[in-house]
Amino acid sequence: MSRIPLALPALLAITVGGFLLWGLDPDRDPNAVPSARIAQPVPDFVLPAVEGTGRPGLSAADLRGGDAPVLVNVFASWCVPCRAEHAVLTRLVRNEGVRLMGLNYQDEPADAARWLDDLGNPYARIGSDIDGRVGIDWAISGVPETFVVDADGVVTFRYVGPIIAPGAQEEIREALAAAAVRS
Amino acid sequence: MIPEVGHFALILALAVAVVQSVLPIAGAGTGRVQWMESVRTTATLQVVLIGLAFIALVRSFVVSDFTVLNVVENSHSLKPMLFKVAGSWGSHEGSLLLWTLILAIFGAGVALLGGNIPAGLKARTLSVQAWISVGFLTFMLFTSNPFDRVFPAPMDGQDLNPLLQDVGLAMHPPLLYFGYVGFSIVFSFAVAALLEGRVDPAWARWVRPWTLAAWISLTAGIALGSWWAYYELGWGGWWFWDPVENVSFMPWLLGTALLHSAIVTEKRDAFKSWTILLAILTFSLSLLGTFIVRSGLLTSVHAFAVDPERGLYVLGLLGVTVVGSLTLYAWRAPQLEPGGLFRPVSREAGLLINNLLLATATATVLVGTLYPLFIEAITGEKLTVGPPFFNAVFIPVMLPLVVMMGVGPLLSWKRADLAGVAQRLRLALLAAAIVAGIVWYLQTGGPILAVLSIAIAAWLFVASLREWALRIRLGNVPWHEAARRARQLPRAAHGMTLAHLGVAVLILGFVGSSAWKEEQILFAGPGTTVGIAGFDVVFDGVEPVQGPNYVAQQGQLRVLREGQEIARLRPERRSYPVAGSTTTESAIRSTFAGDLYVTIGEPAIGPESGQWTLRILYEPLVNWIWIGSVMLILGGFLSISDRRLRIGAPRRAARRAALPHPAE
Repeated sequence: MSRIPLALPALLAITVGGFLLWGLDPDRDPNAVPSARIAQPVPDFVLPAVEGTGRPGLSAADLRGGDAPVLVNVFASWCVPCRAEHAVLTRLVRNEGVRLMGLNYQDEPADAARWLDDLGNPYARIGSDIDGRVGIDWAISGVPETFVVDADGVVTFRYVGPIIAPGAQEEIREALAAAAVRS
Repeated sequence: MIPEVGHFALILALAVAVVQSVLPIAGAGTGRVQWMESVRTTATLQVVLIGLAFIALVRSFVVSDFTVLNVVENSHSLKPMLFKVAGSWGSHEGSLLLWTLILAIFGAGVALLGGNIPAGLKARTLSVQAWISVGFLTFMLFTSNPFDRVFPAPMDGQDLNPLLQDVGLAMHPPLLYFGYVGFSIVFSFAVAALLEGRVDPAWARWVRPWTLAAWISLTAGIALGSWWAYYELGWGGWWFWDPVENVSFMPWLLGTALLHSAIVTEKRDAFKSWTILLAILTFSLSLLGTFIVRSGLLTSVHAFAVDPERGLYVLGLLGVTVVGSLTLYAWRAPQLEPGGLFRPVSREAGLLINNLLLATATATVLVGTLYPLFIEAITGEKLTVGPPFFNAVFIPVMLPLVVMMGVGPLLSWKRADLAGVAQRLRLALLAAAIVAGIVWYLQTGGPILAVLSIAIAAWLFVASLREWALRIRLGNVPWHEAARRARQLPRAAHGMTLAHLGVAVLILGFVGSSAWKEEQILFAGPGTTVGIAGFDVVFDGVEPVQGPNYVAQQGQLRVLREGQEIARLRPERRSYPVAGSTTTESAIRSTFAGDLYVTIGEPAIGPESGQWTLRILYEPLVNWIWIGSVMLILGGFLSISDRRLRIGAPRRAARRAALPHPAE
């Protein structure tokens, strides 16, 4: 039998070993998922209003040149954790004067309007992203997801998943405060 | 004092391992019987010394000796005794000690029980085993000493991760390590055979019980881990294609291939080079698993404390072992004499297909597991490979394998009669068609793959029974005659049938619980009723409960069918104040038809307070997974208890061609 195929396993093992060695770099954190959007201006987008909510639509222009940071929350009526998060967002708006924008992701306007009718509507503006295009521009990884955008329209913080636990709420408050200081 | 005794015992064990790694193999090279025989002493000494160290560590945990750093980090005085003991292998250092202990147990097993193995092969095998021992003992002593002291001693410990405080998990690592490490002895046998330049049926027979023992433990370990994930993690799944699950699954797949290829080497003196390669690769994958779990290389739910220095050491160990053995393989394998010839339709060919498919499946899992690392290294992009990839690639490889499993055992060695086999399998084909029809009728609109998989499972089940019935000539001879034949059939044959039936049962569970699962996630207040899979589940609210080292909020649910209460479910959210973490305890109503599975999540805050997130799942047929796993394990035990492995010392054929003696 020829020796070359028999040497293949050893060569393959060495190659894989090289990658493993590279992977051991202590500065590398395999759990960190970098967001393409942090420290970037918000992407250009214009979204129509969600019919039946009585709130105007949302566009990139609405997020630039304000006087305070805003919270942009990606939500949908079909998303169960959003329902749990909704109460927290409402309280942030009502008690702490946070300005909240909604990105209604892949949702039927009628469903979204009914959902907000039931639970109350804390959003100042809501853009209807029925086909999810703008969600892609924002590089979201799922629903719900929340971004802090400073007064210049730069994304400063991103939270994946529902803001429910006290720790998560604290992170959002700190990010809002930090964004307010910057601008 | 006792921790120091343990530490000292480890140092002595290292010294003994160094002796064992040189003396016997030198003896085998120079023909000195006394040097070769020294393995009995050194292997026994290793077990005694490492066992002593292990007992010392367990004792530190049992008496909560908080002067030992490892105990501080992984235990707490209020923890139940079982988990104190289990805590001794819950950490990186402790599990490494257990690893090394099992390594020594297998070595001593071969030294003391392998009386029929020729002295030369035994000496070389145990020297190779000692090389591995030296590697791991130095790793432990230099980077991960489990007996490190801490001064001043803290008042109490930091507690083991509460998720890990579970009976299933207490037993999961030991079984898994028995499997992983068990393949070390097979690896040592393979390397010794390469050094000797000889592989023959006798070699395969000596290796078989050790392979089987490792395989049984690994099967049990994986099944137990999966069971634990199912009822403890509260996600309602039993397999997540998580990197750490994958690294335990790869040695299992390849070990299964090895088990089958070794049969061909034993019975037909063929597939030698392939069997050796599988033996090396199976253990290499076990080591890769150890490396991945301990280096924090990949994103995973499982992880030990990560330390780059340790990662580098294990990688070095992995490199020396794998590259060294594979280089030896590339050098010596061409000298192995090719064995028996066979036709394209024969049992050999069937087992060859089995091996190719299993190896492909292993490669698939390996690529999927390491792919994120490859991509990140080359392009810098970060991604994860999830269940969709594995399901899309793995299932199409496994289904043909299961079809083959029905045919293979009916094929005869060397040359098989395909028409005759097809005729014997008509019944199985009929059963598959009928089952497919019934499933299709019951679940129209469900995934086609599910119908196909169930039909293939039915095929395998009936074909395996048919093969067994043919062997004892059930139906052709009177009952008592068939029963007599069944008693005379080798246990390995019963084992194979049982294990193959187990695979069919496993598939039933896999498919049922993934294809026809129902799930509801909702926000519920007291009085909410949910309909799922023909049950009505009523949520009556939440009550506080006090546990030994936790406080819990217990959901109260009633399960009704047609208005009649049939069960009460009490899922919990437990808070462990010492460890500062929370776990969910799911509540499950188990039947053979399926599990009703409830977990309770975060309570709502603000205007919706009083409401809770409930997750209610119905997982049809899921318990067949555990039943099938038990059948696999029992099949393994039947096979290992076969007479030909217990006695019948095989005589080695006279050496046919003189090979140059390897230089040691």
